[in-house]
Amino acid sequence: MFNLFRIAIRNLMRYKRRTFLTASLITIGVVFVLVFIALSGSFKHMMVSQITDSFLGHIQIHQKGYVASIDTLPLTMNMEMQAIKKVKKAISDVPEIEAYSMRIKFGGMFSNFVETTNVRLNGVYPEEEIKTVPLFSDRIMKGKKNIAKGEILVPELLAKGMKVKIGDMIVVVATNKDGSVNGKQFKVGGILESATGPGGRDGYIHIDDALEVLRMDNVAISEVALRLNNFADLDVAHKKLSDILLKELNKTGKPLFEVHTWEKLSPFYNIARMIDLMTFSIKLMLIAIVLISIMNVMIMAVYERIREIGTIAAIGTLPKKILSMFLIEGFSLGVIGTLIGNVIGISIVYILNISKITFDFGRQTGLILEPTVNLSDIFTISTIVIIVSVLASLQPAFKASRMEPIKALRHV
Amino acid sequence: MSLIVAENLSKQYITGEITIDALKGLSFEIEPASFISFVGPSGSGKTTLLNLIGCLDAPTAGMLRVSGTDVSQLRGKTAADFRGKNVGFIFQDFNLIPVLTVYENVEYPLLMVQDTPLGERQSRVLSLLDSVGMIEQKDKYPDQISGGQKQRVAVARALVTNPKLVLADEPTANLDHKTAYMVINIMKKMKDESKTSFIFSTHDQKVVGEAEIIYTLEDGELAGKRGKGGDRHV
Repeated sequence: MFNLFRIAIRNLMRYKRRTFLTASLITIGVVFVLVFIALSGSFKHMMVSQITDSFLGHIQIHQKGYVASIDTLPLTMNMEMQAIKKVKKAISDVPEIEAYSMRIKFGGMFSNFVETTNVRLNGVYPEEEIKTVPLFSDRIMKGKKNIAKGEILVPELLAKGMKVKIGDMIVVVATNKDGSVNGKQFKVGGILESATGPGGRDGYIHIDDALEVLRMDNVAISEVALRLNNFADLDVAHKKLSDILLKELNKTGKPLFEVHTWEKLSPFYNIARMIDLMTFSIKLMLIAIVLISIMNVMIMAVYERIREIGTIAAIGTLPKKILSMFLIEGFSLGVIGTLIGNVIGISIVYILNISKITFDFGRQTGLILEPTVNLSDIFTISTIVIIVSVLASLQPAFKASRMEPIKALRHV
Repeated sequence: MSLIVAENLSKQYITGEITIDALKGLSFEIEPASFISFVGPSGSGKTTLLNLIGCLDAPTAGMLRVSGTDVSQLRGKTAADFRGKNVGFIFQDFNLIPVLTVYENVEYPLLMVQDTPLGERQSRVLSLLDSVGMIEQKDKYPDQISGGQKQRVAVARALVTNPKLVLADEPTANLDHKTAYMVINIMKKMKDESKTSFIFSTHDQKVVGEAEIIYTLEDGELAGKRGKGGDRHV
């Protein structure tokens, strides 16, 4: 085998310019794909983190049908005590879950005593909320990084529109599930930065205040947001939770709960899928580049060496060995291009990292791109290129191995 | 036992509607350790005959036995296998592999065809390069040596596997007379040392005289056979 490699490398070095150009083409392709994957992966990861860690959580549990009606924030579809117990039990049975936050979501009127507008509010346990969505504190632009009882975190656009500032008193009026209206005064404790996606412009109050406004005797939860120890376990944790909770049926025999990952709850998932699709397209382009360039070179190599093939066949080289010679030549070309491409690609990603490139996404500004290439990406791309290199060499190599020595020796 | 036995050996080439009889019912026998030449004008069938003996082509009719094997039916892998074990080739254009050194060219059949162990390989290659006077050039590439030297390397390559038979198609055609004579003499010397039969085709009358037996081909037929003394039989 070593000798076949030695001959292959020497044959590649025989046509230095052609080998250089082909290897360069593969190198450029590999570099392009690696850098694209690193950048798009970084963008996607950052966006997903922003969305899940700012307000959404990784997974959410609701009473069945709630998500379909989420625009109206129906209090009639909140989970009562029995249901909450079942949810807590299920959460404790899934070790992948790091934290959870129970929320009461409702709509109401927001008044600064001069003007009134509508507002969507979340009643939360502050410690639970911060553990579940750790970037929540960072969204508090002004004021204390907490939600004290009797205080409200007002979304920045609402604060601006209603001209309220820290320390101002406002009134929240809401209708409870029985239809009675109640109001409560709050002190503006903080101004909350908007986040991209549904729920990104909601206000926050303490859950005890929400119970008071809604005149709830017992806690009834609209949603439970979950945070996982490791985001990579999303599917595993979702399946485990679903397996437990979807068995719970209501009186009509239908599932009591619904369990959704962030993907089902945020429209950004479609953008994430588009990024994946673009990455896949770029990989296809790489395959096409490698396939065409290697096949072209190998066809030329066979055509130029017909007499040589005739000679080695005449002196007894078996067809499978001739096949191997040309396959190894294509393989070596792919390996050379891949190795150089990986080195250059990783170097560019490193340079991009130290360059601290920033960009804006929605209302979030100054986000720093941190492109990374993980080993699995390098392995996948390298494997694709090398396999395609061998496949591209297959037809010319097969042709060489099937050549009649007598005809090959006559070739001029 | 004869090394080569040919009985009514024929070869036809069909090109479109034209049939060319390249060989017409040849019968002959060649003994081991012979130094044979086939002579004749262009188109007389010399190359065709060597191709048949070397299992590069198959006869249309007749029987051809080389080293006890009926080679007329050998194809593809079995033919390649037979060639690798029994036949050495010397070509008019030398046909050395340009990316291999002189040493590696001679080593090639042992390495890629016969999988000979390293020690044996080295001693065989060096010994043959020494015999053909190319040991000093062993690290040079084919484009760094002369035509005569290339053919000497080709002789060493043909003999390195200890074949029973070496076929040389116009081995001196691309060489000047002095070099051609030298190459033929090296072939003769190697025949004496290795007891390998050499069969070469040529139309160079000056080197023909070096053969022990000379077969004359005309229009695909055996027109004569004579020994070195000039005895002529048909």
